[in-house]
Amino acid sequence: MKFEAPHIEYDLLLPILIILAVAVLGVMVEAAVPRAQRYLVQVVLAAGGVVAALIAAIRVFGTINPTSDNPKLGRIVAEGALALDGPTLYSWIVILVLALLGVLLFAERQLDGGVTAFAGQASALPGTEAERQASAKGLEHTEVFPLLMFAVSGMLMFPAATDLLTLFVALEVLSLPLYLLCGLARRRRLLSQEAALKYFMLGAFSSGFFVYGIALVYGYAGSMSYDKIAFAIASGSKSDGLLLAGMGMLAVGLLFKVGAAPFHAWTPDVYQGAPTPVTAFMAAATKVAAFGALLRLFYVAFGGARWDWQPIFWAIAILTMVVGSVLALSQTDVKRLLAYSSIAHAGFLLTGFLGARDLAEIKAGDIDPVQAVLFYLTTYALTTMAAFAIVSLVRDGAGEATQISRWAGLGKESPLVAGSFAFLLLGMAGIPLTSGFTGKWAVFAAALSAGAWPIVIVAVLMSAVAAYFYVRIIVVMFFTDPIGEGPRVTVPSLLTSSVIGIGVAGTLVLGIVPGPLLDLIGRTAQFIR
Amino acid sequence: MNDFPWLSLLLFLPIVGAIVLVLLPASLGTLLPKQLALGTSVATLAVGIAMAANYDTDSSKVYQFAEQHEWIKSFGAHYALGVDGVGLTLVMLTVILAPVVMLASWNDGDQGRWSSKAFFAWMLALQGLAVGVFAATDVFLFYVFFEATLIPIYFLIGGYGGANRARAAVKFLLYSLLGGLVMLASVIGLYVESAKTDAGATYLVGELAQLDFGTATGRWLFLGFFIAFAIKAPMFPVHTWLPDTTAAATPGTSVLLVSVLDKIGTFGMIRFCLELFPEASRWATPAVVVFAVISIIYGALMAIGSDNIPRLIAYTSISHFGFIVLGIFVMNSQGLNGANLYMFNHGLSTAALFLVTGFLISRRGSALISDFGGVEKVAPVLAGFFLVAGLSSLSLPGLSPFVSEFLVIVGAFSYSEVAAAFAVTGIVLAAIYILFMYQRTMTGPTREEVSGFSDLNVREVASLAPVLLLIVVLGFFPKPLLSVINPAVDHTLQQVDKTDPPPSVDPLAPGTSGHSAEGSHE
Repeated sequence: MKFEAPHIEYDLLLPILIILAVAVLGVMVEAAVPRAQRYLVQVVLAAGGVVAALIAAIRVFGTINPTSDNPKLGRIVAEGALALDGPTLYSWIVILVLALLGVLLFAERQLDGGVTAFAGQASALPGTEAERQASAKGLEHTEVFPLLMFAVSGMLMFPAATDLLTLFVALEVLSLPLYLLCGLARRRRLLSQEAALKYFMLGAFSSGFFVYGIALVYGYAGSMSYDKIAFAIASGSKSDGLLLAGMGMLAVGLLFKVGAAPFHAWTPDVYQGAPTPVTAFMAAATKVAAFGALLRLFYVAFGGARWDWQPIFWAIAILTMVVGSVLALSQTDVKRLLAYSSIAHAGFLLTGFLGARDLAEIKAGDIDPVQAVLFYLTTYALTTMAAFAIVSLVRDGAGEATQISRWAGLGKESPLVAGSFAFLLLGMAGIPLTSGFTGKWAVFAAALSAGAWPIVIVAVLMSAVAAYFYVRIIVVMFFTDPIGEGPRVTVPSLLTSSVIGIGVAGTLVLGIVPGPLLDLIGRTAQFIR
Repeated sequence: MNDFPWLSLLLFLPIVGAIVLVLLPASLGTLLPKQLALGTSVATLAVGIAMAANYDTDSSKVYQFAEQHEWIKSFGAHYALGVDGVGLTLVMLTVILAPVVMLASWNDGDQGRWSSKAFFAWMLALQGLAVGVFAATDVFLFYVFFEATLIPIYFLIGGYGGANRARAAVKFLLYSLLGGLVMLASVIGLYVESAKTDAGATYLVGELAQLDFGTATGRWLFLGFFIAFAIKAPMFPVHTWLPDTTAAATPGTSVLLVSVLDKIGTFGMIRFCLELFPEASRWATPAVVVFAVISIIYGALMAIGSDNIPRLIAYTSISHFGFIVLGIFVMNSQGLNGANLYMFNHGLSTAALFLVTGFLISRRGSALISDFGGVEKVAPVLAGFFLVAGLSSLSLPGLSPFVSEFLVIVGAFSYSEVAAAFAVTGIVLAAIYILFMYQRTMTGPTREEVSGFSDLNVREVASLAPVLLLIVVLGFFPKPLLSVINPAVDHTLQQVDKTDPPPSVDPLAPGTSGHSAEGSHE
């Protein structure tokens, strides 16, 4: 028997490898570097690693000539495990940019009296002497940076995976560090730990579905790889039961990650309980990675069975938009409200996802669904990241003041911060001249082009409902008188400020001149298999 | 001179002014920002007058001062501006009213939630965006401006109005956003339909008007636009936000809202509903005419029953908007000419009415008619201005609204005598609500609370006088306006494929619909 070494394209996979190397190095830093220097070393290592990976990713993106009129399609690498095509490489760049912003938020120390937003000693029980000691000593968990890097490596693999096993590994690699990070809040630790446990339990449950789905699809197609599955569906001679059940279960796993109803139950609790930097990163980057994976799995592997999965996704998209928008109406906590808003946005993204059409129907220059969804993800991620960053600024003695009613009169005391937040909210509501509008336009146009007009009508009505709760926060901030002992806006360091600045600028620029980016995505938004 | 980007200048001058205003340090006091804002709007008015002087009424081009640049290629969106006669009159209305309103609301921004600097900055921004709405010849650009105007007016209402301002601002915004989002579905539908053609996606009105959408699609798209414009205009039964809003807003804000922004609704009906979806417009005409007539009568009756002056004026506007919509949808040249003229004239008369009653209310601190009485003895100039503004609102011959109302009714008669007969009652009711209001506030024994009233000061007179002057001049000599509007109306009628019925009263004449035939039987 002859053994052949697998052929790995190290140069093309450099972004993932860099991130993984930085994560491993970060673990070693914890062991080798004295406590006092760890923070600085970890931050520099993580930020430097992400920047290096970003440069590498842009270089790889350059190899498919995205600026030419006819870019190359990309290639399958790592023995058929990963597909490096336009959507993958674009998602990589977005995820790495978000990771960089995430590192900046994680590193913020000025908001909470010179320490990060993470627990001083996660193993100390809340309310005990050990916890007080840890906090008195000013302990910090700098492990959050390697954890973040591990999560990022999973997110990079997730949209690129082109066989089910790689997909599952990526899912777990991205999820496990996030479960941990969610439980590490410095303030309100019980809530944070509860969130982590809930996220973990439900995540594990959905992973179970996912693995079962993989097994069933394997039983149907006799292979894990997307192209073989697509081929099996095209030849269409086998029993459909296995395929339908398998697709359904895989969908459950992925829809759980994107936070679509009825698999959304974890979202508000986790978004509320997790440390706000983690929430910000998770809300933005996980959505990008998960939608990337969802698009590839259902367009490439299950594209031939589109008429089988489309009806159920119609129902899920409508349900998600309604649940997200309507339940957000009664929320009293900013983070929970943004969580429900993220559910609603998952619904809008699914609207774009349902714009699937036969390639023959799409003319050159038309808005196609992959382009629309990737563009929406970019706009939404930047806006959300900045919005959560602003949430972390509004504080009182007990930490962040996330009760909406306590934000009363913020517009008078801190017009700049409140104005920025209002602008981001208007962006999420989809008011023109913000990126939220162009993004919405793109996904709705994609769906309407495919004839999905009932979904578009639900989507515009739900956008109007959503506008109400965004406006409600603006009313509280600007049109309500300040309460006496209200929270104050803490002046952040350059780290958080730059995240907010980038998010606001992105929301504005992509709202006014979305053309170049849309064209770039449009030229390269072709899956390969 | 026609290659000069007049419209861009009109659009960006006030917006730049607004940005400069915001950046001014607070240490400069309140007077300088106000002067700067007024100066900017006067400069804009000067540019507007210069542009209007260059307008060629004999030109064969539909849109003049046209500018066109590609904006978002993949959406088919352009930065395309241009005005026909209708657009020109409304752009002029905007730039005329902006300095008037600023002068009249000189001190209104002082007691607001924020500084008066912000008040004037929002006003300038609104002026620029409103010009954009009326000048856009690309549907996407129009939509962007349409929605963007909501933000300044929202903060103007919510930041500077009366007791219920926050609630009113939210109600206004949600109604408008709902309409806007329904329209968004139709706007995207236009993209989908135009993307099917060989030429690819486009949002230019001129190119979209050439497309045939098919009956069903055209009607759905029409409905999306029409609902948004009906909310904006506002028509019965989606009008309830207007009285609440004007009751809470400052008079200046109300003027900009009712005189300028609400015109977007009726302007949009002509520009988009009629010109893009002629078949669907003809299909919807009977229903629209019924709602228009209901608006006329309902608005007038509610006005008679109102004790709150701004609410009363809001209801009169609902009635007047009913006339405008009626004029638009009877689809003949008298009706459309009248409607277009009405938009301009209603803007002037309502502005005068809101501002003069605003001065009245600010003196008494109450907006209730029953709190006044005998004002004409202590403030005769105020009373006189009030009377002229009121008479223009009830369309007294010799004042400009009369011409337009007359034309609309003539147009309505040639469409359907029944509809016209109902619409005419609006004129009678208008006399009741205006004269009753005048009688109860101005005449009779002077009440104790109003005896200390000062008459209008120089600033107040200066702000009102140009408007009233225009009303009188255009009442006797409407020709300049009509000569601008006429070619635009011909173009619209061409688009909807309707020619005027012959002047005889022949119920079976081609072009008159079944309605007038039924009408003549009764």
